[in-house]
Amino acid sequence: MNGTLMNWTLALPEIALSLSGMAILLFGVLRKEERGFLASMLAIGALLLAGVLMTATGAGHAYDGQFVVDPFSVALKLLILAGAILGVALSVDYNRAEGIGRFEFPVLIVMATVGMMVMVSAANLMTLYLGLELQSLSIYVLAAFARDNLRSAEAGLKYFVLGALASGLLLYGMTLVYGFTGTMDFVGIATGLADPAQASAGLIVGVVFILAGLAFKVSAVPFHMWTPDVYEGAPTPVTAFLSTAPKVAAMGLLLRLMVGPFGHLLAQWQGLVVLISIASMLLGALGAIGQRNIKRLMAYSSIGHMGYALIGLAAGTVTGVRGVLVYLAVYIFMSAGAFAVILAMRRGGRAVEGIADLAGLGRSDPALAMLMSVFMFSMAGIPPLSGFFGKLYVFLAAVQSGMWTLAIIGVLTSVVGAFYYVRIIKVMYFDAGETGFAARPATLSIVAAGSGLVTLLFALFAAPVIAVAEAAARALLG
Amino acid sequence: MNQVGFPLLSLITFLPLLGGAVIMSVRGDEATVAQNARWTALWTSLIVLGLSLILWWRFDPALAGFQFAESLPWLPEFGVGYRMGVDGISVLFVLLSTLLTPVCILASWEAITTRVREFMLAFLVLETMMVGMFCALDFVVFYMFFEGVLIPMYLIIGVWGGPRRVYAAIKFFLYTLAGSVLMLLALLAMWHFAGTTDMTVLLRTAFPQTMQYWLFLAFLASFAVKVPMWPVHTWLPDAHVEAPTAGSVILAGVLLKMGAYGFLRFSVPMLPQASAYFAPLMFTLSVVAVIYTSLVALAQTDMKKLIAYSSVAHMGVVTVGIFSLNIQGVSGALFQMLSHGVVSGALFLCVGVIYDRMHTREIARYGGLSDRMPAYALTFMLFMMASVGLPGTSGFVGEILVAIGALRVNFWLALLSSTGMILGAAYMLYLYRRVLFGRLTKPDLRGILDLSPREALVFAPLVVVTLWMGVYPSSFSHFFDASVAALVRNQQAAMAAPARHALLTMAGEEVVGPGSRAVSAVGSSGDAR
Repeated sequence: MNGTLMNWTLALPEIALSLSGMAILLFGVLRKEERGFLASMLAIGALLLAGVLMTATGAGHAYDGQFVVDPFSVALKLLILAGAILGVALSVDYNRAEGIGRFEFPVLIVMATVGMMVMVSAANLMTLYLGLELQSLSIYVLAAFARDNLRSAEAGLKYFVLGALASGLLLYGMTLVYGFTGTMDFVGIATGLADPAQASAGLIVGVVFILAGLAFKVSAVPFHMWTPDVYEGAPTPVTAFLSTAPKVAAMGLLLRLMVGPFGHLLAQWQGLVVLISIASMLLGALGAIGQRNIKRLMAYSSIGHMGYALIGLAAGTVTGVRGVLVYLAVYIFMSAGAFAVILAMRRGGRAVEGIADLAGLGRSDPALAMLMSVFMFSMAGIPPLSGFFGKLYVFLAAVQSGMWTLAIIGVLTSVVGAFYYVRIIKVMYFDAGETGFAARPATLSIVAAGSGLVTLLFALFAAPVIAVAEAAARALLG
Repeated sequence: MNQVGFPLLSLITFLPLLGGAVIMSVRGDEATVAQNARWTALWTSLIVLGLSLILWWRFDPALAGFQFAESLPWLPEFGVGYRMGVDGISVLFVLLSTLLTPVCILASWEAITTRVREFMLAFLVLETMMVGMFCALDFVVFYMFFEGVLIPMYLIIGVWGGPRRVYAAIKFFLYTLAGSVLMLLALLAMWHFAGTTDMTVLLRTAFPQTMQYWLFLAFLASFAVKVPMWPVHTWLPDAHVEAPTAGSVILAGVLLKMGAYGFLRFSVPMLPQASAYFAPLMFTLSVVAVIYTSLVALAQTDMKKLIAYSSVAHMGVVTVGIFSLNIQGVSGALFQMLSHGVVSGALFLCVGVIYDRMHTREIARYGGLSDRMPAYALTFMLFMMASVGLPGTSGFVGEILVAIGALRVNFWLALLSSTGMILGAAYMLYLYRRVLFGRLTKPDLRGILDLSPREALVFAPLVVVTLWMGVYPSSFSHFFDASVAALVRNQQAAMAAPARHALLTMAGEEVVGPGSRAVSAVGSSGDAR
């Protein structure tokens, strides 16, 4: 392995972020920082630094072909960093109010982010697993971060056990793929599978196991069971974080694997992805209707959204990948914004989570209610808000590939989904409510307003975003 | 760039949003904010009305094509652009929207007392969406405005509506959304086939016949809910009854026209073969709507519900006219749409006047009002007669033209669709008798007051327009004569030409990039021209 193959500068953002994470950890230990505010600010700084470094590094393969930097990974990493920054920002005031404001929290988010960045840059099954586990282990701890809270501990444990199962499935699939192709390298697998005769049954089983393992990470049906419980039990900032960056990373990984090394097996896995997508859209739409807890509702909503994003993967074309990327880009801002509003739901020094608690918000806090309406209408896919564009581009991909069933089920479930989003707006504006919430901290206002602007005005800067997504998709499909 | 040298249509479309921003920036105690919001909204909408009068003066009725065109690249590589323009079919609807908005704002001056600022904001956003929809020349832009209307209207019904407002608002929202998403699929299929969403290109694209059928059904799902056509009209009575007066006026005056406008803008010109093929279906649904909803209207005890059902019947006449696919029918449909926009809006305002005083819409609670309210009785009578279709009012012209158009298709169609006029006279006169004539026996009605100057001001422009349209219809119809003639001519040419694409399978059954078929599609546009 010589110097040119190492090419380690390509991983500079990841290296810098890991070192910053450890530095923040040391800083926290030495300073005996209790509130975690400074550590959070440092973490945001480190994440921003990684973003800046990313624009400075070039493209290509590193570490003897185990690590790849291309427009696809850069686009996804920017989204991941954005999600992580929003996650840290959302956690500051909540954690302090709940008495869990420790400096480990931002450190864990930084480490999870490093794991996600490695995931989307993986060019080898081992790198993939390394990134995935770094991410997962950090998030297991985060989910149980409110350790004195029974529900949080339960969420962490549940996520850990089911997550370990998913990792097992993934590993098993990887060994099968390795066994049947003789390589762990994505490029090698792709060349090995170029001849359709190579697609033996054992290999297909391996691909299915890998798909199942990753479907767990994006919480797609039928591997979604952990989602509502973990979303409800975990501290709300962790839920907010869970619903943004890790979703982006897992979906990115799924895209890279499926259309990359397994691209030649499209005919074999397409039906499966279509099925997962339809099931997720249906369950996301129907499961949310009966929910009373807004975090559980968001869990079902995220299952549904991942179903829509999977439409793009099912198409398996450049348009499809582009659609997924646009969808993820608009989704993280909608989701982070909605969670900022949920975090602002505090009454009498306690966080409240019932949908009914939002009653009367339109009167007690018009600005917050208006922002929440923007997020809900956007999630329902009503133009001119950003969520509409996400759906538009994945449906376009489905129509182009002639997948009419998928498209028709997609638009119809979006109507069912609209019912519960609109119901939240109904609760805020039409129902008479109790007294308003406690004054909201500045961080939440900033995140909610910022995400709200992105969601509201997406139409104005849609063209560059779509162009970036297009370039990323072309990089992936060549 | 266009005949006025500045982006007039964009200005008309987005100026209300600026007014909305001003309203949101007002600070102070509640009464001050409310008063400022009212005046800002009124002045904004009046300025918009003034600007749209420039359209009226500078529009060249001799041209069939789009005027005041604007075009900006938006998502250029996918053939989506911000394109605006009006032709004879859409220009009068822009004017209708900009006329009704200040009327509605004035009508809610005192009726809306809670959250005035938000109400005015919602109304101005609604105006942007309506005007934008009629001006859009790009399918994606059109769809954005078409769907965007749902957001302010949902809030207007839900926040300021009557007792069952929540049910009505959600029903309205989900019904219209369910229809619209199917149109979204049609949009995507057309986009994929033609490689662009430029409506001027789509109008010249010959879609294969099988594809036309599917597209037509998708459009039908969307527009039939909006019109509304029987049997998907059931959201309308609920929405109308629960909406505040101004909401009902806009709903009846403009929102119902969006569906019929969609038929005229998309279904008929873009899918000529499918339109002819499905015309009998449309006639059947329309005739059922005319007769059935007129009979239902006869049995109503709630004034707003009665007028809501009459709207369904009148819109049935409109769809008969559109799908008769001849000049008289289409012109009549357009005229009827404009007339209905003004007249039904005014009728809802008439109901609003007595509702504001008595807080009930029960017909049985009234009677003998003409004694105490002569001016009101006169106004109500004018609009009632216009709704019935009395010669000399706007309602007559549209009805008679549609009847002639239908007669050229089929005698029975003309006969059945014209029964709406007779039944209309029955339920409207019956309503009028029960509310205004007879002895004034109810004690609480003895103190009722006639129209206030503000209310008279609200009705004045509508009275003028109704009579003007009835007495001198060609000052309106000459706007759309050229466009309608071109529409009908193209439709007939497309029917005469052999369906060259009939054997092509539906687009999208194979994986091809966008735009790959654009060249061939546009190249073969000789079919449509």
